[in-house]
Amino acid sequence: MKLGMLFSGGKDSTFACWRAMQHEEVACLISVLSRNEESYMFHTPNVRWVPLQAEAAGLPLVQGETEGREEEELADLRSVIRLAMDRHGIEGVVTGALQSLYQASRIQRICADLDLWCFNPLWHTDPHRYLQNLLSLGFRAVITGVFSSPFDASWLGRELDRDTIRELEVIACTHRITLTGEGGEYETFVLDAPFFRQRIVVQEAEAVYRTDRGVYRITRAALEEK
Amino acid sequence: MILIVDLCYREGSLSLYEFVEPVAGIVRRSGFPVQVRHRSHLSRQDLGAAERIILCGTALRDNAFVGEPASFAWMEEVRVPVLGICAGMQAMALAFGGSLIPSQEIGTTEVRCTRQDSLLEGHERFSAYELHGAGVVLPPRFLVLAESDHCIQAMRHPDLPFYGILFHPEVRNEWVVERFLALPWRIC
Repeated sequence: MKLGMLFSGGKDSTFACWRAMQHEEVACLISVLSRNEESYMFHTPNVRWVPLQAEAAGLPLVQGETEGREEEELADLRSVIRLAMDRHGIEGVVTGALQSLYQASRIQRICADLDLWCFNPLWHTDPHRYLQNLLSLGFRAVITGVFSSPFDASWLGRELDRDTIRELEVIACTHRITLTGEGGEYETFVLDAPFFRQRIVVQEAEAVYRTDRGVYRITRAALEEK
Repeated sequence: MILIVDLCYREGSLSLYEFVEPVAGIVRRSGFPVQVRHRSHLSRQDLGAAERIILCGTALRDNAFVGEPASFAWMEEVRVPVLGICAGMQAMALAFGGSLIPSQEIGTTEVRCTRQDSLLEGHERFSAYELHGAGVVLPPRFLVLAESDHCIQAMRHPDLPFYGILFHPEVRNEWVVERFLALPWRIC
């Protein structure tokens, strides 16, 4: 089955893409660039680097834009998926949704409307096992946004390695955050994955942080041989 | 051992993670050993060893199980509690002479209990996650336990602890699966 991967460049959509590849053919990545940083559906930090990730993975990218207004962005997403159907003949869509009913049910509706399959291979997955799998399978991601207490500026640009995950596990217990960042507490950007032919090297980035919220914006990046 | 039956379009499919694993996780966390089998590979040995059986849901577009009624003929013979979730409820309805009607629900809906039963007892109204394209027409003598504005949400065999629920309990209503696992039942 030919599938389109709804791809934000973060760990969840990248891992879901890898998982989909173990079972079906991922024909393209689908990405929506939101002009609204508070987008309800699409994560924004560094989504402009998704084309570099697509190149690293050797996958075609179907990209669209949205103003990011609630519900209107769903129509924009639908148009991009429609485009992926026309260009790549996809029969279904894969998402990296973990628990968000808001996200999952809206994408399910779009898929039903377009007569497409919809897959959520990380749906209600065990968060501890998932993060351990990310590391053991060779995914490399950095934290590119923090949007909740107790994250401070030191988290920005930090690699999601064993030490970071251990700290996240402690914070998840002591504060009301999800271990995976599903509640939008933090965002990630993937530099390498098992299906990437090349890895991404961040050459320049700027961190901006103000009262519990911060973004690590990549300004220069390149591909390097693995 | 709790036997979990995968109804998805093929064995080891991409849907396994979404519709089978979350249910298996609830069962494991409840302290029971789990055996997952695809509907096409169920053996008499699997069924004989099961203390309870759970039939999982499928993707919205995945109705392959409807065309394979022989995969569910075992339901006439087993005498351990069975819980059919979404597609599992549809399969149970078909196995006992009911039928399916188009009825699409995606997202959360309110479920209202219409009859007292130990499975849903104490939850007269609750919000549940729905992902189905068809509802069921009840098999003869089956009882309706709960409804939404659109269709029957829970049913029960008149004599046996065979339950069907159309909503997905693995999302926000894990208590239904836990309750099913704890139902008192002796094999006669």
